[in-house]
Amino acid sequence: MRTEIRFSGFGGQGIILAAVIVGRAAVMYDGKYAVQTQVYGPEARGGASMSAVIIDDEPVLFPKVTSPDIYVIMSQEGFEKYGVSVCEGAVMLVDSTLVHSRPSCRCIEIPATREARESLGRDIVANIIMLGALVAATGVVSHEAIEKAILDSVPRGTEELNLKAMKKGFELVEQVKHG
Amino acid sequence: MQGNTACAEGALAAGCRFFGGYPITPSTEVAEHMALKLPKTGGVFIQMEDEIASIAAVIGASWTGMRAMTATSGPGFSLMMENLGFAVMTETPCVVVNIQRGGPSTGQPTMAAQGDMLQCRFGSHGDYSAIALSPASVQEMYDLTAEAFNLADRFRIPVFVMADEIIGHMREKLVVPDTVLRVDRKPLQKGNLPFRADDDLVPGFPTFGKGYGVHVTGLTHDERGYPCATSPSVHEDLVKRLVDKVESARDAIASCDIVNPEAQVVFISYGAPSRAVQQVLHDTRRDDVGHLRLKLVWPFAESLLSRFPDAETFIIPELNLGQISREIERHTDRTVIPVPKLGGALHDPSDLAGLLEEVA
Repeated sequence: MRTEIRFSGFGGQGIILAAVIVGRAAVMYDGKYAVQTQVYGPEARGGASMSAVIIDDEPVLFPKVTSPDIYVIMSQEGFEKYGVSVCEGAVMLVDSTLVHSRPSCRCIEIPATREARESLGRDIVANIIMLGALVAATGVVSHEAIEKAILDSVPRGTEELNLKAMKKGFELVEQVKHG
Repeated sequence: MQGNTACAEGALAAGCRFFGGYPITPSTEVAEHMALKLPKTGGVFIQMEDEIASIAAVIGASWTGMRAMTATSGPGFSLMMENLGFAVMTETPCVVVNIQRGGPSTGQPTMAAQGDMLQCRFGSHGDYSAIALSPASVQEMYDLTAEAFNLADRFRIPVFVMADEIIGHMREKLVVPDTVLRVDRKPLQKGNLPFRADDDLVPGFPTFGKGYGVHVTGLTHDERGYPCATSPSVHEDLVKRLVDKVESARDAIASCDIVNPEAQVVFISYGAPSRAVQQVLHDTRRDDVGHLRLKLVWPFAESLLSRFPDAETFIIPELNLGQISREIERHTDRTVIPVPKLGGALHDPSDLAGLLEEVA
């Protein structure tokens, strides 16, 4: 089955890296197929950033996202640009620290940037918290796969911090489910 | 892995040891990866002052016997045109990767296009022929770049890898083969004149530094390599040979995928739009719809069209205003429907499926 995931936020949050990690997890550790793409614009840090990954049990033919099943939105501008017209059956994870709007589809609120800052002391791992939450909420890749893909992708010396962030994402989804 | 990185890896696996280039979106990652990896293989990476110098450096490196390449996009490709003609005239093997973006001029640096498909065939002055490959996946960025070096060495011409921003920038799985088939340029045999061709119309290569003193000139030259620019017959024989050495091999080097050869309606595609066509075939599951996917676009082998004997209509989606459609039109009496698209986005599979419904 083809699953399309769209990530958006602002440059510097690791929006593209997040999609690359999910694609890597699917291909290298879950034995699936994936294609990762992104919007390249002249804007860089601070501007809107969008990336996408498509995961399938069969080879991915059309490489572009047409109607995302899952959204991971990490900025208000990202929401306005990519999150306004969503399919009813889609699921959206929002970083509730930075995104004030809510979609018409099912929404899971993850205070990723606040938790990154307050519990882990580093804003920069908010994207990894969102990845943990994405996997816990949707099962789009396995827990083992995302962990290995994160370890492959983050700078040396930050492995522990990033795994903590991933687990924080798992926990936050549990809290949403039971709270 | 990203398409552009796979392209660089394919080149390295093929034994490319020289890269001369100038960074330009959306091809920069090719240069970036070569800059990282080439020094570790004993190779040379040079960032030149512009694209004119880049292709000049590549031509020079090739004459020392190295497998040499550059990578660029539209504006840089335009600057290379004169020296590409020099490479054709001097029979210099090299590989030029063009990660196509929207043009004319600086156009759309970050968006995909296939607008340079005729430029790579006809862009330099004078008559000549060209070989152009068009990858449609990250895997093919690796495989076809590696193959480009074999074709360049075999025919002693610049070979173009005509990718686009979508294929260059997307990431997907790459399986690195254990070995890459390498067929090197044939050396000049002792006693032969440096520009006297063998039966395959290609002369042996007199590598600089291997005992040859060869004159290499863009002027019309005789078989010794000396300028002979006023003899009509020398010029005619030389230019015809430069064209024929490629054109006479077009069936032999044709490379494509064929789906449903008994179909009445056949999509013809190359590069990124192929992925939209593959999605349409997958979704509609119609066996009266065929697909000819060209991995090698130039020289176009018209014999491929007869592989679809029942075809009544050819549908040709391209990210330009119909450049390869024109070539196909002149080889067939069947209906040709170009599906041009500009702006940078890929053809939507549902649009192509809708068109298919209208046609048949």
